[in-house]
Amino acid sequence: MSRSFIARNPSVLWFLLALAVFTLGVTVLAEATGLGLVSTSFVKTLGKTLCLCLVAIAMDLVWGYCGILSLGHMAFFAIGGYAIGMWLMYARTRLIVTESLAAAPLPPTPDEITDGIAAQIFGVVGASEFPPIWAFAHSLPLQLAAVVLVPGLLALVFSWFAFRSRVTGVYLSILTQAMTLALSLYLFQNDSGLRGNNGLSGLQNLPGLEAVGQPVLSMAFFWASALALAAGYVLASWVVSGKFGSVLRGIRDDEARVRFLGYPVETYKLFIFTLSAVIAGIAGALYYPQAGIINPAELAPIASIYLAVWVAIGGRGRLYGAVIGAAFVSLLSTWFTGGQAPDLVLGPVRIQWVDWWTVLLGLSFVAVTLFAPKGIGGLFDLVRLRRAPDRHGADLGPDTGALREREAET
Amino acid sequence: MSALLEVSGVSVSFDGFKALNNLSFSINERELRAVIGPNGAGKTTFMDVVTGKTRPDQGRVSWGEPPVSLLGRSESAIAVAGIGRKFQRPTVFEDQSVADNLMMALKKPRGPLSVLLFRPASEDLDRVAELADTIGLSTQLSRKAGELSHGQKQWLEIGMLLAQEPRLLLVDEPAAGMTTAEREKTTDLLRAAAQSRAVVVVEHDMDFVRRLDCRVTVLHEGSVLAEGSIDHVTRNESVIEVYLGR
Repeated sequence: MSRSFIARNPSVLWFLLALAVFTLGVTVLAEATGLGLVSTSFVKTLGKTLCLCLVAIAMDLVWGYCGILSLGHMAFFAIGGYAIGMWLMYARTRLIVTESLAAAPLPPTPDEITDGIAAQIFGVVGASEFPPIWAFAHSLPLQLAAVVLVPGLLALVFSWFAFRSRVTGVYLSILTQAMTLALSLYLFQNDSGLRGNNGLSGLQNLPGLEAVGQPVLSMAFFWASALALAAGYVLASWVVSGKFGSVLRGIRDDEARVRFLGYPVETYKLFIFTLSAVIAGIAGALYYPQAGIINPAELAPIASIYLAVWVAIGGRGRLYGAVIGAAFVSLLSTWFTGGQAPDLVLGPVRIQWVDWWTVLLGLSFVAVTLFAPKGIGGLFDLVRLRRAPDRHGADLGPDTGALREREAET
Repeated sequence: MSALLEVSGVSVSFDGFKALNNLSFSINERELRAVIGPNGAGKTTFMDVVTGKTRPDQGRVSWGEPPVSLLGRSESAIAVAGIGRKFQRPTVFEDQSVADNLMMALKKPRGPLSVLLFRPASEDLDRVAELADTIGLSTQLSRKAGELSHGQKQWLEIGMLLAQEPRLLLVDEPAAGMTTAEREKTTDLLRAAAQSRAVVVVEHDMDFVRRLDCRVTVLHEGSVLAEGSIDHVTRNESVIEVYLGR
């Protein structure tokens, strides 16, 4: 019991090793830093995938370990993206505006510059003044703080209301869906102050670093995403190991019992939900500069449902399962929807994967749930010869989020 | 000696059905008490009220010295105040090892931050080993609780309650589904527990209650019908009529 953290969590070491090999491999093959066999756009895809793995870890913390099926986690991810996107857009537009005003006979006043930036950014929604939420957009440190604070505060307020009223199970899932849908609909409005359905764009250009070029920038973001994923994995493993992890799993399987042991269940849920939202926000802040654009569609309820599907397919309740699920399904999704997958001809029917991919994903989700509840992560159990308990089909606890017989280990 | 727990005039109704009807009950420190009664007499509701799961419509529940009201406190706050509860079916954390179950129950700060930073010291490990010894599960510490037999799970749950070091233990039908040998061991565990704390045992089984050899409270239709030694209550006419006579 008093062994070191790594000895108690061997998966951490293996994960970090695999991630390091992968990151170095991509670096060696990339355009900017190595042989040029991997294109810059694919480096960006891989970097984005690492961010999705990070948000999947956040999802696994609340769902796999604490039994809270949140179907609104991509809202926190997108808020992180918006927070960093505001600074990126402001700072870059500022450079452009100062440059164009420099040609004028009189040096521009600060007000003229601000008005110029506002006109540039908000012209598309017919406004020319900064809405109040852009008050801190000029400052990178403040917007970076917002990446962490805004998702954290939203999660704190949401979970305070939801958990204090003891909303659990499917009702909580619906509530989280409503949260992300409401936020998405609000952001779609032009007067929401975040450019409505246009969203924020041009985020791939870092202000002042135009000369560096996208190949190098994408490598930098790829590395940053890999580091964030590594840090997130270690943090999450630390949180779920030891007594805190015991309490979380107890809440997942039998919340009432944990309460009668004297643990304030609501506070634990609030803590883990908020922590997970913060991780999601950070993942989003790294994702959107690589994607280049963010708009309210990113907060659509379906995005958060996909996140749950990734974690389920990878295997919930184990952190590497969440990572594998997110990486595998999102890369496969890129391949199928990118039109690269060859059409499947079944007699008169021609299956075009761009349309049929979601059907395939849905079927695999159902199949995993029914036939392989441990998901892809369960393959590792074959190597470890881990056996499932024989409980004649009974779950490991009375709660809806409780681990199922075949998800558990004897 | 003043009472450790005093329940007075408590009534609870669910959709017009009076589960508890002006119930009064009190128990002293280090007292072992059995509560019996037919189905629907309000035994479980009584426990729910004391542990904060159910809010009574009226009445008082006061606890400790000096007496404080328990009404309006959350389940976890009441558990921390020193009331432990054992459910009818064994409820242990089946996906976790016996050692983890006991470690979780040990009397330690319950807040998220102190739990997050908690690392078991050697005296905690010793305490877990000692508890496992008491409940006869020393050799099973690393097994998952879900693999234990029904009786072993019941003992593990009693062990977890002892680990909480409560001043009052509420035990719901501990002997249900146990073999005779297991029952005897359970009786010993409960009697030993009552040496240092108050224990209330809710039980159906008259033989088991007789073996506990303690004061008995008979509940019927949500209020106390009779109270006294087992021989006293089994001679009571109305008790015979509503309970034993059936």
